[in-house]
Amino acid sequence: MTASLATLSLPNPVLTASGCAAAGRELHQFFDVAALGAVVTKSIMTRPRSGRATPRMAETPSGMLNSIGLQGPGIDSFIENDLAWLAAHGARTVVSIAGGHTDEYVEITRKLNGNAAVSMLEVNISCPNVESRGQVFACDVHASSRVIGAVRRAADPALPVFAKLSPDVTDITLIARACADAGADGFSLINTLLGMVIDTDTMAPALGGVTGGLSGPAIRPVALRCVWQVHQKLPSYPIIGMGGIRCGLDALQFILAGASAVSVGTAVFGDPSAPVRVLAELEAALDARGFASLAGAVGYAHRAPEHRLGPDAPQAAAS
Amino acid sequence: MSNPVQETAEIFAVARVGEYVQFTVVAPGVAAGFLPGHFVAVGVGGENTSMLLRRAFALYGATPSGQFAGTVQFIVAAHGPGTRWLLQRSAGETLDLVGPLGTPFPMPSGPAPAVLVGGGYGTAPLIPLANALLAAGSPVEMIVGASTASRLFGELVAKRTIGAVTVTTDDGSAGVHGRVTDVLPDAIRGVNAEVVYACGPMPMLRAVGDVARTHAIHAQVAVEEAMACGIGVCMTCVLPVRGDDGASRFLRSCVEGPVFDADRVRWADVGSLPDDLVGADAMAWH
Ligand SMILES: Cc1cc2nc3c(=O)[nH]c(=O)nc-3n(C[C@H](O)[C@H](O)[C@H](O)COP(=O)(O)OP(=O)(O)OC[C@H]3O[C@@H](n4cnc5c(N)ncnc54)[C@H](O)[C@@H]3O)c2cc1C
Ligand SMILES: Cc1cc2nc3c(=O)[nH]c(=O)nc-3n(C[C@H](O)[C@H](O)[C@H](O)COP(=O)(O)O)c2cc1C
Ligand code: FES
Repeated sequence: MTASLATLSLPNPVLTASGCAAAGRELHQFFDVAALGAVVTKSIMTRPRSGRATPRMAETPSGMLNSIGLQGPGIDSFIENDLAWLAAHGARTVVSIAGGHTDEYVEITRKLNGNAAVSMLEVNISCPNVESRGQVFACDVHASSRVIGAVRRAADPALPVFAKLSPDVTDITLIARACADAGADGFSLINTLLGMVIDTDTMAPALGGVTGGLSGPAIRPVALRCVWQVHQKLPSYPIIGMGGIRCGLDALQFILAGASAVSVGTAVFGDPSAPVRVLAELEAALDARGFASLAGAVGYAHRAPEHRLGPDAPQAAAS
Repeated sequence: MSNPVQETAEIFAVARVGEYVQFTVVAPGVAAGFLPGHFVAVGVGGENTSMLLRRAFALYGATPSGQFAGTVQFIVAAHGPGTRWLLQRSAGETLDLVGPLGTPFPMPSGPAPAVLVGGGYGTAPLIPLANALLAAGSPVEMIVGASTASRLFGELVAKRTIGAVTVTTDDGSAGVHGRVTDVLPDAIRGVNAEVVYACGPMPMLRAVGDVARTHAIHAQVAVEEAMACGIGVCMTCVLPVRGDDGASRFLRSCVEGPVFDADRVRWADVGSLPDDLVGADAMAWH
């Protein structure tokens, strides 16, 4: 079930989500990481980062808040240890990169150039911009466009660059359009939504970082809406859809809304082999609906009613 | 790594023990890899639950072979919705387990006298540890404490295993009126202990570490930090820990722990971000 993401072709459309699979090693105890479309690694920055103070997590109805703060070893250690391990285990790797300013994204991109282990860059722009008093890049059209443009220019021309967008904006299609104009090859939708929980015993915020990112099935309808809107406005741009995918039918919703692939994030915490299970269930679901290929299902729900006529329609509609 | 597996485990028995409930479940894959100090992560709420995250429980025992082969035991205390759901389960139902997880208690290279200190249900993982130490020829002393008598766990089993146990309660409702650390110095001197092992609430672990240090011996303690994944992928369960190189880092208590050398844990900094932590300087605006 080949998935095509700009110039990249993957053997299947199920990926991990950044920050929910570390760099693949731990999940490899439960399934072969090479069996996935790709492993998307935790967002990496130039230097080692401690991350935020604990508590870093709060469970919420059908979701969770996290406030990790991008704890990580820094790009050099990442390339030497994590990327090398992924390559040695035959995994295709989407490297998620983050930065505090545009130059940091560029510096990381240059360090990854020419590394055969990298299949794609996913640019996490849901980071505070140090030069703009901590305003998140992804919430500003100009800052988003500047980072994506700079990464696209710095990256190997053959390497697809995907912009990972935040749903915490008024109109996500405006940000998407700006990123597309700046050279993005596709989109990863969506990152977490900002939320908070107050502990009624301590009567203080439950998270050390006060606010945190909401993920899990609780955000699925929001994520699906974002994929739908961006696909509608920019139908030629491939999308990796994510947000609360827990089973094959969840993944199918994203494909039908316009995603060419999906990432499974928070579901991994409850079921370490969720990505391979979702893949098997998605394959069966597509098959049951008569789709001969994944491509035939991408964006299918956008078709006018007369072009989606029940269980036997897909093959007819695809021709 | 601990070679964890995911298993659908039938509940073999559920038994009340004071304020706690002891689960015995059939999980041969978990049992096969078990070492004292390992924990399991248990799914709660059933299929399509709104509780997405697993709950962690220290393994109280595992029987890889013989009678009841392939069973593991753990102890559950009522806390919030997840543990309450578990406490409503009965024999014959199934649970979804991932384990064994974590880094177990390090064993001394030869026979070495040890004192084991358990607070509340924290005694649970110390029972299989006591058995392993005794089997290796190490003399073992055990201290079991709790805030009040009904929160004690394992004092009878400990007594059966080791022959003697010292009980303390904060309110004096059982055993010595006081804290585990009040009786720890005598216990250390009594067996001429070379190591202390402990599991219980964080303030207790810190205090046990302090006592061990004044006796110039190590304390290996099993901590309890909130965990989202339990398998090392999410970075929620971290603690500031000093490494061999003298530098401190946030380490994952689900993989690098839950057992740490108490002297390496920066107890006073748990829940904050100390400036000298590796990578703290990169945290501007976060
Ligand atoms: C390594 C380890 C071993 C443990 N061993 C035992 C044991 O043997 N027996 C026992 O009764 N309990 C044990 N606990 C604590 C147990 O995991 C929590 O009491 C339980 O997760 C609470 O879930 P809840 O839904 O009832 O409470 P809630 O407070 O509603 O839980 C909400 C979320 O917070 C997390 N959480 C809350 N409190 C804790 C806590 N103290 N530790 C970790 N996560 C927490 C839960 O996992 C859940 O994701 C252990 C915890 C750890 C980390
Ligand atoms: C613990 C945790 C850590 C995350 N870390 C990152 C990260 O480093 N970079 C990133 O782009 N997204 C990160 N995310 C967001 C996920 O990649 C994903 O976009 C989001 O969680 C929605 O998908 P889900 O509901 O399947 O988890 C993180 C999410 C969680 C829960
Ligand atoms: S709980 Fe996820 S890394 Fe420890």
